[in-house]
Amino acid sequence: METLELTKQKEAEKTIQNISGSQALLEACIAEDVQTIFGYPGGAIMPIYDALYDYPDKLKHILVRHEQGAIHAAQGFARSSGKVGVVFATSGPGATNLVTGLADAMIDSTPLVCITGQVFAHLLGTDAFQETDVINITTPVTKWNYQVTDANEIPHVLAKAFYIAKTGRPGPVLIDITKNAQIQKIDYTGYTKCEHIRSYRPKPIIRKEYIQQAAELINKAEKPFVLFGQGVILGNAEKEFKAFIEKAGIPSAWTLLGLSALPTEHPLNVGMLGMHGNYGPNVLTNECDVLIAVGMRFDDRVTGRLDKYAKQAKIIHLDIDPAEIDKNVKTTVPVWGDCKETLPLLTKLIEEKQHTDWLNKFNEYKQQEIDVVIHDELNPTSDIMTMGEVIKTLNELTNGDAIIVTDVGQHQMVTCRYAKFNHTKSNITSGGLGTMGFGLPAAIGAKMGAPERTVIEIVGDGGFQMTIQELGTIMQYQPEVKIIILNNNFLGMVRQWQQLFNDKRYSFVDIQSPDFVQVAKGYGIAGKSIKDRKDLKTALQEMLNHKGAYLLEVMVGKENNVFPMVPQGCSVSEIRLK
Amino acid sequence: MKQEFTITVYTENQVGLLNRIAIIFSRRKINIESLNVSPSEAEGIHRFTIIINEYEEVVRKLCRQIEKQVEVLKAYFNTNDEIVWQELALYKVPTDIIAEKVKVERLLREYGARAVAIRKDYTVFETTGHREEIEKLIKALEPYGLIEFVRSARVAIIKTSSGFHEKLKEFDEEQPGEDLMENEFLNQQDKVFSM
Repeated sequence: METLELTKQKEAEKTIQNISGSQALLEACIAEDVQTIFGYPGGAIMPIYDALYDYPDKLKHILVRHEQGAIHAAQGFARSSGKVGVVFATSGPGATNLVTGLADAMIDSTPLVCITGQVFAHLLGTDAFQETDVINITTPVTKWNYQVTDANEIPHVLAKAFYIAKTGRPGPVLIDITKNAQIQKIDYTGYTKCEHIRSYRPKPIIRKEYIQQAAELINKAEKPFVLFGQGVILGNAEKEFKAFIEKAGIPSAWTLLGLSALPTEHPLNVGMLGMHGNYGPNVLTNECDVLIAVGMRFDDRVTGRLDKYAKQAKIIHLDIDPAEIDKNVKTTVPVWGDCKETLPLLTKLIEEKQHTDWLNKFNEYKQQEIDVVIHDELNPTSDIMTMGEVIKTLNELTNGDAIIVTDVGQHQMVTCRYAKFNHTKSNITSGGLGTMGFGLPAAIGAKMGAPERTVIEIVGDGGFQMTIQELGTIMQYQPEVKIIILNNNFLGMVRQWQQLFNDKRYSFVDIQSPDFVQVAKGYGIAGKSIKDRKDLKTALQEMLNHKGAYLLEVMVGKENNVFPMVPQGCSVSEIRLK
Repeated sequence: MKQEFTITVYTENQVGLLNRIAIIFSRRKINIESLNVSPSEAEGIHRFTIIINEYEEVVRKLCRQIEKQVEVLKAYFNTNDEIVWQELALYKVPTDIIAEKVKVERLLREYGARAVAIRKDYTVFETTGHREEIEKLIKALEPYGLIEFVRSARVAIIKTSSGFHEKLKEFDEEQPGEDLMENEFLNQQDKVFSM
């Protein structure tokens, strides 16, 4: 007995290693199955980069051209792979350059772990070189953040960071590590994953009585309507969601981030919600009798004017985040919990039904929208190309199997409206924050997160120039990212608002662009620019066939507008077709 | 109607958490009237007592946002009739006036004030009570040369609370109790104010 204890003790002693805080950090990443890190070195994070030099086989570091590029790439990676995106940046400007991405990931619930270097602990608060108060700057835009000043904390803090980032409603976590802690040697006994934090409850308890009440409402409903958001994708609940709507035969519309959770051509997929969403889903929101929101948060771009939003309907809200319930829209029945668990419970209790007449109503509105908007957008009669026809032609070539990454603006709305999706996690865009410049780095990350898939970035001429430097990252690592610039020589969305609401006072939206093909060429990326319809299909095919990254610029109508549109401050039923 | 609410938050003891909680209010341009952080009845658990003037519906939402923070265990909100509360105040007055004027002495007795420091040139009195009482005494002392005044944040006990020990066990056991998320507005959609 005693000898057994002794050998155990010896074994334990053997596993104690003397390693630096930096190594402990990298070991934590490996233990969390991280393979790709997006980052940019600098003074205060040098010990970590020095340690990274010894891990070339286990950790692939992608050197971006700007820290904002790193974090958007990590977001794209997380969204296409479903894993946690990891970012390294240095102190001061390195860390402040992450802020936009953090805010974006926070509002779009993207799991990230960002590591920032920090000045030595004894210099904190002295205005040292490249010192900024990163913890306080990032507090409002992180799910959790923590400053490490002692390397002994690193394994435990990293375990917490990954756990918090990916559980419950996911979000970005930032860990700021002072330089002394990166260097400090510790007795390392291995890494233990975090499974519970007492003050943190990632999943609220499922209340059976609410499931019951929700099922009763759904069973009695004559005009039920489902709105689904990214919660379905984040919860890996696509199958459960499909089973639910199919059993009850409920027409379902998606939010911008819910797109691709349900195949575009599913008979119950009635289209997009919100400001530039489809006609039927918006108008019929104010006609349905039971509104079932699944993993979405009633953003103002979805609801329009709140006091005229679905007032006639009983509202069932399924969400993992209790703070979302009743936040914007009053709930009749709240269904707290992970929709992967709550949806099957609900499906079990609902009756098999088909709401044919009700579904037909959506189709009638769709026909009106086709007649007034869609047909002309996809089949324009003028010589000038529309954004919509580019997407339509792209659909024909990809058949809806590609990952489509968009930036922000008109091209984003048009792409999301018309692109076809067969697979989940295929639509990657900046929804909540609306970050121009998101697209290019996110596409790089998306390709690295799903290397087997075709990744196409669709971007405007404005947004592309915000993070154009990431072409350098493509040059260096050769991810096969296809870039389509829909160039209308304007900051199109703002111009559209100026046209509609500011009396065509086009204030600073006339943006000049460089020769994008030449720029790409400078980075060793093949490209082409087209302006004639006859070249569109072959150019797109050429882009897709090309081995390697490719940039295709398509010149589109300068003053085309995105319709339908719910003007700001109006009710969803006041949606305009023109 | 806006009214005074006392928010009681049970948290882990963590650097930076005060800021995380404070910005939930400042982001919405809500002024914190009073803020106190202290240990609680449960070991290692801190207790924030925050006073704001707001609509109940807003306070409810704020509490959910507070509870959403990783290191927050629980946030309660109560109206004034649901709590027992006290504030403490210190008043510095010239000793010679106190010594001469009998009226002042009577005044202090009346308000239950206690002398905590008596020096040749000044005396410091202390009272505890509700804000109105404390403020009345300032008014009363003003004519007699009040040199300095300071009032503490409110501390409050929730009348119906049975303490945090039991709740803490639930958190430790990963088994949150069922009362954690109540929707009082079930089936009362129309009656509810929305931000």
